[in-house]
Formats: sequence, structure tokens, C-alpha cells
Amino acid sequence: MEKLLEEFSLGLFFWQTILFGLLLFLLWKFAWKPILKAVNDREEGIKNALDAADAAKKEMQNVTADSEKLLKEARAERDALLKEARELKDGIVSEAKEQAKVEGDKMIKQAQATIESEKKAAVADIKAQVANLSLEIAEKVIKEELSDKKKQQKLVDDMLGDIKLN
Amino acid sequence: MRKTFFTRLLLVGTLLLAQFTFAKEQEHETEEHGKDLKTEIKEYISHHLKDSHDFSLFSYTTESGEHKYVGFPLPVILIDDGLKVFSSSKFHHGETVAEVDGNYYKLYHSKIYKTDAEGTITYDEEHHPTNVKPLDFSITKNVVMIIVTGLLMLWLFTSLARSYAKNGGIPTGVGRFFEPIILYIRDDIARPNIGEAKYKKYMPYLLSIFFFIWFLNIFGLTPLGINVTGNIAITFALALMTFLFTNFTGTKDYWGHQFNPLGNTMPWYAKIPLYIILVPIEILGLFIKPFSLLIRLYANMQAGHIVLMSLIGLMFIFKSWIGSPLSFGLAFAISLIEVLVALLQAYIFTMLSALYFGFASEDHHAEGHEDDPELAHL
Repeated sequence: MEKLLEEFSLGLFFWQTILFGLLLFLLWKFAWKPILKAVNDREEGIKNALDAADAAKKEMQNVTADSEKLLKEARAERDALLKEARELKDGIVSEAKEQAKVEGDKMIKQAQATIESEKKAAVADIKAQVANLSLEIAEKVIKEELSDKKKQQKLVDDMLGDIKLN
Repeated sequence: MRKTFFTRLLLVGTLLLAQFTFAKEQEHETEEHGKDLKTEIKEYISHHLKDSHDFSLFSYTTESGEHKYVGFPLPVILIDDGLKVFSSSKFHHGETVAEVDGNYYKLYHSKIYKTDAEGTITYDEEHHPTNVKPLDFSITKNVVMIIVTGLLMLWLFTSLARSYAKNGGIPTGVGRFFEPIILYIRDDIARPNIGEAKYKKYMPYLLSIFFFIWFLNIFGLTPLGINVTGNIAITFALALMTFLFTNFTGTKDYWGHQFNPLGNTMPWYAKIPLYIILVPIEILGLFIKPFSLLIRLYANMQAGHIVLMSLIGLMFIFKSWIGSPLSFGLAFAISLIEVLVALLQAYIFTMLSALYFGFASEDHHAEGHEDDPELAHL
């Protein structure tokens, strides 16, 4: 302890205190303050940049989600539209079919009716012609038959016989 | 790879030079005084550990027996009947008496004494000089080194600060090396010990003492033969600063802890007998903490220099093919360890200062009394 005290130099202590105090002050003002500030700013900057990147990423995700949602909606809409169109088409087609059927039926009926009436007319015509022909034939036959007395007698007889039979 | 090789080469070269310088001085002083080699080395070491009034790099003796000192004198400033300023070359390294304004001064064991014209020094029975010692404010070798280190630090760190401004927050050059250290002190010394809220206030001081001690420790390992941080006046001044910073920034809680260490855990009448012992211990602790700082740094640096120089000195005592290389190897190994110690002591001083600042700025009303207040001191 005595040696320590003997070694202690007041002058050196004085200079150390003064010089170190001065050094501390100068470094404080011109070195540590700007250095710590710069480092702090840089760290803050990095933190902000990371935060911004994070936010951007989140936003990006949101955008993706949004676009996906939109896409889904569009797809659904398209599906709905397609479905509607198909239904419409089906409706139209079936309606047309029905109408066609109805029309067809109507036409067929008409045709059938025409055919029937034509047939009837034809049949009537044929009947008239047949009657005419028969009459003519009968006339001719009768003329022929009636040329001969015998034959006339026979005819009357036959006819009378026929009538009886009937 | 190449760079590290060169760095190593440089390191080895420096250390060799250091040893060479010491060697030269020792050898010639032996011849000169014809003293016993061991005493000579011992004296040389104890001389080196002290501050000196001139900046001598080495000395040698010419063929004619005249000894020359290589170095430069420094101004001596004495307060003795007014201010006396003169060059230390007047002392001729303690060999002659310096005469200034009719007063005579002599350098004896690195201290200046007032003497008569012949330079007689009277001793008491314990062989201590009884001459009057004038107040000595000389710019000694240590003061020069403090100034050099201060300028170096100013240059280094202001240029680092400027490089931030210039390069948009990115350090350049040597700042790339120092920035991580600054960040380390901030993130691993100041923040955990002082706390997020108050560490900023102490940062400039912590950074300054760390680099100041570290640089001076490293300078102590150069062949210039300086021993600044191993000087009790320096460590005392540093520890005093830590002490003042601690106590002037102390919070109410800190002082409450000093004078009321147990808090409100028991009634006042139960505290009286305990506090008769506890409070003086706490008060003593206030002084012991910085005192341990000053002794630790002083003793470590002093011891390092003594061991290193003793091992170098052994080379000249052995003077054999086995002993000298062996002590050279040892000295080399110790030099490397000293490089580590230089950093370690700076770190410890800074770390403990931060810890004391942490105590001083403690601010815990809520959870504070749960942990043992005595443990908090360890």
C-alpha cells in the first residue's frame, strides 16, 4: 500500500483526468453521438425495410387471395351462365320439339282428313262411275237382251227370282 | 490467407524488436555500472514500470564509454514558488542537477526532488529521500502516450463517424473493424447490464474507456516501453470517473438501497440492529467497487509487464543454448497471452463499469424487493 501511494503521481493523475475528460467530451460530441446515431438509423432502416417487405408480402397475399376470389367468382358466374344457357337451349329445343310435334300431328291429322275426304270423294266418284258403267252395261245388256223376246222373258224371270231371293 | 500471414510476420517482428530493444539496454547498462546482472535487470524492470520524464526509446554506450540515449526530452512543469517549465534534457537522465531560476532539481528514481547545487539527496532510516518534492505537473512519457492515444482515438472514430455520413450508414476502411466492437459494447455490455431504458446515457463513457484502456494496453506491448494502464494514477483516475458517474447518476432506488438495504420487509425497530452493520457495509461497498477496478487493471498490467520482462531478462542470465531460447519461447508465448489480456482487461473494466451503472440506474418499485438485495450486489 505504501509503495502504491509512493508510486501515485499527482501530476499524472491531473493530466489523465483533464485529458481523458477532454477526450471523452470530444469523442462524445464528434464520434460516439454520430456513430451511435448512424448505427441506430441504419438498424431502424433495416427494421423498417423488413417491416415494409412483410407488409408488401401480406398485401401481395391479399391481392392473390382477392384475384383468386375474383377468379372463383368469374368461374362460378361462367358456370351459372353456361348452365342457364344450357337450360335455355334445352327449353327451346324441347319447346320446339313439342311445337313441331303438335304441328306435325296437326298436319298429319289434316292430311289424314284430306286423305279421308279424298278417299270418300274418290270412292263416291268410283261409285258413280261404277253406277254409270253399270247402267251403261245394263243398258247395253238390256238392249241386247231386249232384242230377243225370249231373252227378255228370261231376264224378267231372273230378276224376279233375284228379288225373291233377296 | 496472405494477409494473415503478413499480420503474423509483423507481430513476430514487433515482438522481436521489443526484445531486441530491451536486450540492448540491459547489456550496456551492465557494462556501464558493472553491477550484478540480476540486480541490473531488476532495476531496469522497476524503472520501466514507472513513468519517466523523457521519451527514451533505447540507450547504448559508445566505444569511448559515453552512453547515448535515443529518444527525446519532454517538458517538465513544476509548481515550486511559481510555475517552472523546462526541458527534461536538463536532467541528463538523472545524471546531473537541473538549475532553474536559482533552484536545483534532481531526478531520482523517476521523481523530481529539490536539492542543493551538488544534487545531494538526504535519506531517512528507511532509505527514502527526505528532500522536498515540488508539485510535478510534467508532460511525462505517460502523458504523451495519453495524448497520442487520445488523438488516435479521435482520428479513428471521427473518421468512422464521417464515413457513416458519407456512405449512407455503411462504415469503410478501419471502421469495418471497429464497428462490430462498438456494437458489441452496446449490445452485450451496456444493454444487458444497464437496461434498455437508460443505457444510451452511458454509452459514450463505456466506449471511451474501453478503447482508451485497450489501446493503451496494446501500446504497452510495443517496444516503446510504455506502461500507462499499469500506473496507479491512471487507473485511479479511470476508476474515479466510473465512481463519479455511478453515484451522480444514481436513482432514488439506488440510494434507497444504500441506506435502506432491506426495504420495507420488516418493521423499523427490527432493522436498527441489522442496519448498524449493513449500512456501513453498503457504504463501504460504494468505494470498494471502483477500488477493485483500479487495483485489478493496475495489477494485471503491471504483472504482465513484470513477467514478460523477467522472462526476457532470463535470456541474459542463462546465456546458454538451451536456457535462452527456452525463455525466448516463454516470453513469446506470454506476449501472445498479454495481447489477449490487454483486450480482456479493457473488457472487464468496461463490463464492471456498466454493471455498476446498472445498479445506479436501477428503477424497480414493483419487482425489486423480490430478489435478494444482497445477491444483486454480487
